Amino acid sequence: MNEKEFPVVKLKEKFTDEIIGEDYFRGDTTVIVKKERIKEILSFLKNDEQLRFNFLMDLTCVDYLGKKSERFEVVYHLYSLGNNWRIRIKVPVSEEDPTVDSVTDIWIGANWFEREVYDMFGIFFKGHPDLRRILLYPEFEGHPLRKDYPVKKRQPLVGPSDWKE
Amino acid sequence: MNGSGNDKERMYLNMGPSHPAMHGTVRILVELEGEKIVNSDVEIGYLHRGFEKMAENSTYNQVVPYTDRLNYVSPLINNVGYVMAVEKLLGIEVPERCKYIRTIMSEISRITDHLTCIAAAAAELGALTVFFYFMKAREYLWELIEATTGARLTTSYTRIGGVVRDLPENFMDGVKKAFEKVREAIYEVDRLLTRNRIFLDRTKGVGVIKAEEAIEYGFTGPCLRATGVNYDVRKAQPYLIYKEVDFDIPLGTNGDTFDRYIVRLEEMHQSMRIVEQALEKIPSGPIAVDSPDIFLPPKDKVYTNIEALMSHFKLIMEGVKVPPGEVYFAVEGANGELGFYIVSDGSGKPYRVRVRPPCFAIMQAFSRLIKGHMVADVIPVFGSINMIGGEIDR
Repeated sequence: MNEKEFPVVKLKEKFTDEIIGEDYFRGDTTVIVKKERIKEILSFLKNDEQLRFNFLMDLTCVDYLGKKSERFEVVYHLYSLGNNWRIRIKVPVSEEDPTVDSVTDIWIGANWFEREVYDMFGIFFKGHPDLRRILLYPEFEGHPLRKDYPVKKRQPLVGPSDWKE
Repeated sequence: MNGSGNDKERMYLNMGPSHPAMHGTVRILVELEGEKIVNSDVEIGYLHRGFEKMAENSTYNQVVPYTDRLNYVSPLINNVGYVMAVEKLLGIEVPERCKYIRTIMSEISRITDHLTCIAAAAAELGALTVFFYFMKAREYLWELIEATTGARLTTSYTRIGGVVRDLPENFMDGVKKAFEKVREAIYEVDRLLTRNRIFLDRTKGVGVIKAEEAIEYGFTGPCLRATGVNYDVRKAQPYLIYKEVDFDIPLGTNGDTFDRYIVRLEEMHQSMRIVEQALEKIPSGPIAVDSPDIFLPPKDKVYTNIEALMSHFKLIMEGVKVPPGEVYFAVEGANGELGFYIVSDGSGKPYRVRVRPPCFAIMQAFSRLIKGHMVADVIPVFGSINMIGGEIDR
């Protein structure tokens, strides 16, 4: 068993029913998991003595409109400083129920990353302390990184809004 | 304006999006009690251009110019990071000479970035001399970059599978001369700032973050290393030729503004060491892969040879065909881990390009860094974070 497979084996032991698939491509390890227990899975990866994936390097989303049965995939890139390993966790999310549990209480730094995914894809993170748009303005309509958002679409710029009381 | 639930008067102050003491378009709303910051909120997005959306609608090579505009103080590192992510997806290796050139140019870019960061931060603290010294030193490096790439800022120097041009003649002499000037400037600035009472008072113990907390926030780069965590992508997952050159990773201890300054200052010396070693060892040979379905054939062949003309046409019209799959590839940017996550569906255009901007993760800790400090401390802390609008907003 090499280091690429070790975290996957550990995950399979603990969360047998949650793992949908795994993939090794160009040296990257990918695990696809169900979204229901994503918080437990990420928390396990972070806190397990042998794994110690302490960095949440990136959190993003991909829109597979018409390509996959579940439209969105939320992607977590983790890094373990102690082991010098990387792993990618993917969570399929359907269009009808675009919600995922927020991981802000596992990594405080997930805050802005989740806000950006909400802004760009319209995925709601349950339990996020402050889920509002981050790169675009509040009056913006739609979520521009969705594949059905037209590239050339223009929206009026609005003046400054009352930001905070 | 009265703060809710508190008898004391609170004042709300807007710093930015355009503020004389700040560089970069970012809005910081601070809630003050006297001069003390009790709360703050950071609003970014003023420079949002939709990089990721644009990338989905361009061929792989057409994305390269957009990457110039990410961190526009060190555009070459973005160029290199992006094409290396695509090359990882393609599963190809570039020739040795190309690797050396990419390393040299990345490291020169890192120096320009650190020079700019320290210069701007010092100028905002009143040390205008430092600004002039470093801007002048940076000019010599930009002349080198211009001689190589043809542009100072919008370099677009790399292509999938190689680089556009070889290093110019007498590049070595140019580097020697430029580095002499840079070393002189660093020496001067070191003497001006590092033991300067005013500078120490304003940076020591200001904007402190401990290692554990920095990791929680996703800090990378000089800001993480200032807390004492030894993480540098160049050492942890060596790419290009970083395995073959000898260099050190400077670390701080306190994680404050001063440590971030001193780490950057020392990193410039290390970058110069890398460039000098690379220039000694650089082999001759091709600067791009010899594969007509990936890299454009030379122009004189396109005009005289039908095969070359056909591959030129196909590359321009359809783009590089990248096999379906997804990769994440990270390089050490000037601010930290610059990651590219690319999803391909097998066509000539990327299905999704995601950039992990290093200063995004660092900037979200800004409110935490300035909490409890004086309003004047916003300036040195912001300067030491080196937020780049083009990178954070994409």
